[in-house]
Amino acid sequence: MTSGGEESDAAESDTSALEPLIADLLDGSHRALARTITKIENRSPGYRELVSQLHAHTGDADVIGITGSPGAGKSTLVDKLAATYREAGLTVGVIAIDPASPFTGGAVLGDRIRMASNVGDMDVFFRSMSARGTLGGLSTATTDAVKALDAFGKDKVIVETVGAGQNEVDIVRTADTVVVLVPPSSGDDVQMLKAGILEIADLFVVNKADLEGADRTVSELREMLQLRDGEVEVGGHHGFAETTVDVGSGRSEDADDADPEGVEPWDPPIVETVANRGEGIDDLIGAMDDHRAYLVDSGRLASKTRTRYAEEIRTLLREDTRELLAAEIAARGGLDERVDAVAARETDPYSVAEDILAPLADCVTERRERRE
Amino acid sequence: MSAEQGQRQIRCLVAKVGLDGHDRGAHVIARALRDAGFEVIYSGLHRSPDEVVQAAVQEDVDVLGISILSGAHNTLVPKIMDGLEEYGSREDTLVLVGGIIPDDDKDRLREAGVAEIFGPGASMDEMIDYIEANAPERR
Repeated sequence: MTSGGEESDAAESDTSALEPLIADLLDGSHRALARTITKIENRSPGYRELVSQLHAHTGDADVIGITGSPGAGKSTLVDKLAATYREAGLTVGVIAIDPASPFTGGAVLGDRIRMASNVGDMDVFFRSMSARGTLGGLSTATTDAVKALDAFGKDKVIVETVGAGQNEVDIVRTADTVVVLVPPSSGDDVQMLKAGILEIADLFVVNKADLEGADRTVSELREMLQLRDGEVEVGGHHGFAETTVDVGSGRSEDADDADPEGVEPWDPPIVETVANRGEGIDDLIGAMDDHRAYLVDSGRLASKTRTRYAEEIRTLLREDTRELLAAEIAARGGLDERVDAVAARETDPYSVAEDILAPLADCVTERRERRE
Repeated sequence: MSAEQGQRQIRCLVAKVGLDGHDRGAHVIARALRDAGFEVIYSGLHRSPDEVVQAAVQEDVDVLGISILSGAHNTLVPKIMDGLEEYGSREDTLVLVGGIIPDDDKDRLREAGVAEIFGPGASMDEMIDYIEANAPERR
């Protein structure tokens, strides 16, 4: 909304050029959908209007996030999931995110190679996206692209990404159901999972379950989940001093996603699959449907959605504020001189930040007071 | 990496069509394009024209590079061009062909809508420069 606010001719022709794209998209044009996602990715001028117009048509798709370490079999699993959904007469959209080179910004997006079961089926809309290194921007772009697929009328939207780092976690958070893939014999990986991914998983999939070590991984995961739920039972005999939490305290606030009505918490199931042979896919879909039903019945879906919108608004505001600040810094002649001063110990970063922000803060306060 | 806002990145699809198992060249090209800062989608081997069209349309690529070493270009390339036409993507996709194309066939491919043909010995820089100069302007 920062750009096209004025009623100038340029802005006028801009908006009239954009609306047909949305009309075409809603009309079922694959190319319009593809082009809309491109505009979202590139942050092309006017992309905000596009997404604004999309919003009214969204809310019908089930959004599934799939994450896991590289080589865990995400793409293959997504392919099989999409094929199974198609057999059931549902349409599917997939967004696969791959890393980009931090040096050139270039990327090779290879997830498409695995989409062998859905070739020539235009009702599976598969889109590769690169993680272009925009701060926080990637999750915004993903959310917006999901909206495009949702508005297009896809029944299921799958977001696939490597589960490394906060950015990735933010992306899968945009999903209703988050599936975490764990390859067999990844004892240490499972330990790592504890940190971030574990808390966001609604479902675990031990893929390549025909390989050695799969049973062990399943039991490790199960143990970990029990640790999280019950703490006490493992208390004595393992000597994990740091994990034996006093049950009396802490436990109640600990429940993520906060459900005030005291709904029974979701217990993440563990599903074993052999994705390349299509084994266990029906179980997985069954488990995902169960989770969906749980979300709806418990009212969590509604609260989740609300949280997500709040988060989205905050993210947008953060981005906009950043731009505002960048403009302010530029208007004040850049940071170079200030950096010199900081380096010479004449001032410090905190003072500089305060100095730059003060007039903005004053302005905001003044406006607010005037309104009151 | 500071000026990403509103920045456009050239997207390329590197596609292998038909019964042709030689993908070393396609891999090298995919890498070179990546290193040139493009986003490259690689199709994998043995794709049918329909699959290539599906990928080109869904990924909304600026450039479609078709690698053919099997000699079936006169059949496969026009099919791809027709497919792009069907989805309204032909106009703004820069289609390049790489491979061993006899001179007599080059004109036919150009008539079918191929923008440029790169044979053996074409340099990577040449190809990248060509793409940068000719990638279609998107509205």
